[in-house]
Amino acid sequence: MPTVQSVLPTLAPLLPEIILSAGVMVLILYGAFRGEKSVEGVNVGALLLLLLAFFVVISQAPGVKVTTLSGSFIQDGFSKVMKSLVLLGSAATILLSRDYFQRERIDRFEFPILVVLCTIGMMVMVSANDLIALYLGLELQSLAAYVIASFHRDDLKSTEAGLKYFVLGALSSGMLLYGSSLIYGFTGTVSFPGIVSALNETNAGFGIVLGIVFVAAAVAFKMSAVPFHMWTPDVYEGAPTPVTAFFASAPKMAAVAMTVRVFIGALPDVTAIWQQIIVFISIASMALGSFAAIGQRSIKRLMAYSSIGNIGYALIGLAAGTEAGIFGVVIYMIIYLAMTLGAFAIILSLRRRNEMFDTIEDLSGLSRTHPWVAFLLAMIMFSLAGIPPLAGFFGKFYVFAAAIEAKLFTLAVIGVVTSVVGAYYYLRVVKIMYFDEPKAPYEAMAPGLRIVLALSSVVVILFFVLPAPLRGAAEAAARSLF
Amino acid sequence: MFGLGILSGLLIVPLCGAAFILTLNGDEASVKRNARWAALATTIITFLLSLVAWGRYDASSASFQLVENHAWLAENIRFKLGVDGFSMPLMLLTTFLMPFCIGASWHSIEHRVKEYFVAFLVLETTMIGVFCALDLVLFYLFFEAGLIPMFLIIGIWGGKRRIYASFKFFLYTLLGSVLMLLAIMAMYWHAGTTDIPTLLQTRFPAHMQTWLWLAFFASFAVKMPMWPVHTWLPDAHVEAPTAGSVILAGILLKMGGYGFIRISLPMLPIASQEFAPLVFALSVIAIIFTSLTAMMQTDIKKLIAYSSVAHMGFVTLGLFTLNEQGIQGALFLMISHGIVSGALFLGVGVVYDRMHTREIAAYGGLVKRMPLYAVAMMVFTMANVGLPGTSGFVGEFLAMMGAFKANPTVAFFSVFGIILSAGYALWLYARVIYGKLDKPNLQGILDLDNREKLILAPLVALTIYYGVHPAPILDTFAPSTEALMTGIRSALSNTQTAATVLPLAR
Repeated sequence: MPTVQSVLPTLAPLLPEIILSAGVMVLILYGAFRGEKSVEGVNVGALLLLLLAFFVVISQAPGVKVTTLSGSFIQDGFSKVMKSLVLLGSAATILLSRDYFQRERIDRFEFPILVVLCTIGMMVMVSANDLIALYLGLELQSLAAYVIASFHRDDLKSTEAGLKYFVLGALSSGMLLYGSSLIYGFTGTVSFPGIVSALNETNAGFGIVLGIVFVAAAVAFKMSAVPFHMWTPDVYEGAPTPVTAFFASAPKMAAVAMTVRVFIGALPDVTAIWQQIIVFISIASMALGSFAAIGQRSIKRLMAYSSIGNIGYALIGLAAGTEAGIFGVVIYMIIYLAMTLGAFAIILSLRRRNEMFDTIEDLSGLSRTHPWVAFLLAMIMFSLAGIPPLAGFFGKFYVFAAAIEAKLFTLAVIGVVTSVVGAYYYLRVVKIMYFDEPKAPYEAMAPGLRIVLALSSVVVILFFVLPAPLRGAAEAAARSLF
Repeated sequence: MFGLGILSGLLIVPLCGAAFILTLNGDEASVKRNARWAALATTIITFLLSLVAWGRYDASSASFQLVENHAWLAENIRFKLGVDGFSMPLMLLTTFLMPFCIGASWHSIEHRVKEYFVAFLVLETTMIGVFCALDLVLFYLFFEAGLIPMFLIIGIWGGKRRIYASFKFFLYTLLGSVLMLLAIMAMYWHAGTTDIPTLLQTRFPAHMQTWLWLAFFASFAVKMPMWPVHTWLPDAHVEAPTAGSVILAGILLKMGGYGFIRISLPMLPIASQEFAPLVFALSVIAIIFTSLTAMMQTDIKKLIAYSSVAHMGFVTLGLFTLNEQGIQGALFLMISHGIVSGALFLGVGVVYDRMHTREIAAYGGLVKRMPLYAVAMMVFTMANVGLPGTSGFVGEFLAMMGAFKANPTVAFFSVFGIILSAGYALWLYARVIYGKLDKPNLQGILDLDNREKLILAPLVALTIYYGVHPAPILDTFAPSTEALMTGIRSALSNTQTAATVLPLAR
């Protein structure tokens, strides 16, 4: 007869998720009772919740690998790092959003609550150890994301962005379910370890290939990788800017983590099947991210194409399929998070009285009116272009090194060449800030923006001085998957 | 201090100077003045510090000296610095030229002075870093990081087409370099380290050498620059401010040559020998073709830029002769060209500051109003031509001697370069300095002031000194060159024996 301990799942690995879920219920009640007066409190509460969860996650002992809920939820070194990134991205979003929403007069208490709900979904995605948990996490994340995309509900572009995101997102969820059902049908299990033991190079038939293709298409959509990227520029442009910052940061981390989980966690023995898919997605994303961004005028669209390109670079590491490759992916995402948040903190500060500016020309001469902001944005741009000694270079360095180790020479050469093309449009931003004539100065940055910008600049500029801590974290994350 | 040695000090001092200038506050005039003096003081301190390093350096040894080794990116990717006979003279050249660049910018830069000197000091750090790095990733880091300040220097303080020139400079060099990065990674996975001394002992398989060599070649050929990827240079030179041109011609172009001598030749000797004919062909084309192009220029700076490409042709020619004379000549030419072309650009800056034009046709008869200037330019022009008694002669002579030993046909064609260089350089001198002083706006032009005398006099002295007494530089290079040649010979003879033994074994 089973004992109580063996029937009831252990809840310790779920602690961060439980904290967030319980906390967010309290916040909803608080918001519902206090109404519009609660906005400040809910924001602070959500921020504290995210930071508390962050500290719980990083205090997890190194080298631990526990599963719970009948093996559908896993806590390991990889989930530790990726969850930290997700939580930092979400916390930064709340800091970035305050000033903007107050001034745009759409300051509602639902926003931080939706961000926290979205975060819970992302954390489940990161920790998913079977296809059902993966889908649950993904849907929780997506539903919250659809709502906040159209958070500016009186704004035509914002509602359009939300609708577009919803329709295409639902389609991709369908594809994920269909692919999962095929994999389940041919292996007889949904759990990742079960799929690993059921599959090998010899018995992987056409059905499995089809299933993997569908799953790959769905995760590519969530990561906004080519050819499933079409929603990204429109949603990025239409959504309120803090929401764009959110979409470009935390959900990207979760989507990449989920992709790594599926391909490295569940399908490590059939690399031959999915490697070419990932290589194709990677090349297409890098190329499109580089070439399509050249003609953009809106900074938000530029960042959308930049994020597509960056996902392409991160996927180089996954394509390698090795420990060095996953190490590269993790460190790339850490650095990408810092660069994106820093860039959006600056974009959100381009405000004169009650008008926001978001075309690249609005940065004209920023180096004269705001020398420090311009300097930091220039550093972020050089970093995105992959110029040493800035952090972005090291992100690219590790993924390309993994590709060379895995003998993916064509992929590596195409990657570095597109990075030179990409350098052109990042340089154009620097050129406009430094070489062009200045416009009227913008208002001083809000304190929330300053905090986010300062933290991310430290990572971007000083990574090369002391790479050991972030490198150590990424190494531990990669090791736990192999 | 803090476990850091003198080479780290050389990297840090310019950065400290830059940080100090950034913190300057107050009214505009005093900030400008303080920024100038602070930059000058920093570069002079750096130069003195490099002399201290030179004092501690044992020139008779071929080994790496003043080595520092700190943990960095990975177990075998370390923050490792050190100098040997190849890098020490180039590092000294860098620190030596910097104060002149600051001096040359004293009055010509009037807007955004603070940022200008900050960019220059950061640039100095990256250049010193390239020559000190004993780890390939660190080398690449400094090699590329220099693009950022140079991009800003050309783009902010440059001439009319500065934006086009700065983009072209940046993207051209970046495209070459990223391929080198992939080659560095391939070396890392093969040897398990990016430590340069270890890699110098590593024998890479012949088929791998071919690809690695091509990847490094892509980077160094652009940086050098070799024909046909030299087209960024004239644009960058023409648009850059005077001091920017001095650094470009004096130091940045030497990084390509340094890369060949540090990486391509010793680590990839088989491929280097294989591709030597290609390099010879490109060098000879560069020497003749760009000399002819230089002759037709109407812009003084562009003319000197094309002459730089031609001289770099001699450098690549000398390096790939794979014999002592050729390599010694190429190295000497790098140092000499660093001084002479830097001086020529400073000389152009002198008249540009007065007339704000670089058109050759706008000048003429300057000797009547500027006798001192005419003398200084005479020395530099002669050194550019390669007249015996100037530093330019020694390098070109040795390089051609090496070329004659390696391939007489190549040497024969390269001689035309000397004749043509006499043509364009003397013609330029004649058109600018001699002739009638009939242009009305030249009537009131003044000769060198004290600042300019102070800048040009040491360069004149060095040009002549190293022309008659080249031994100090050649002796510094010699032990490293010998070690390099021994390494190359043993690698090449090994492959030859392998090639003759293998068919028998089969």
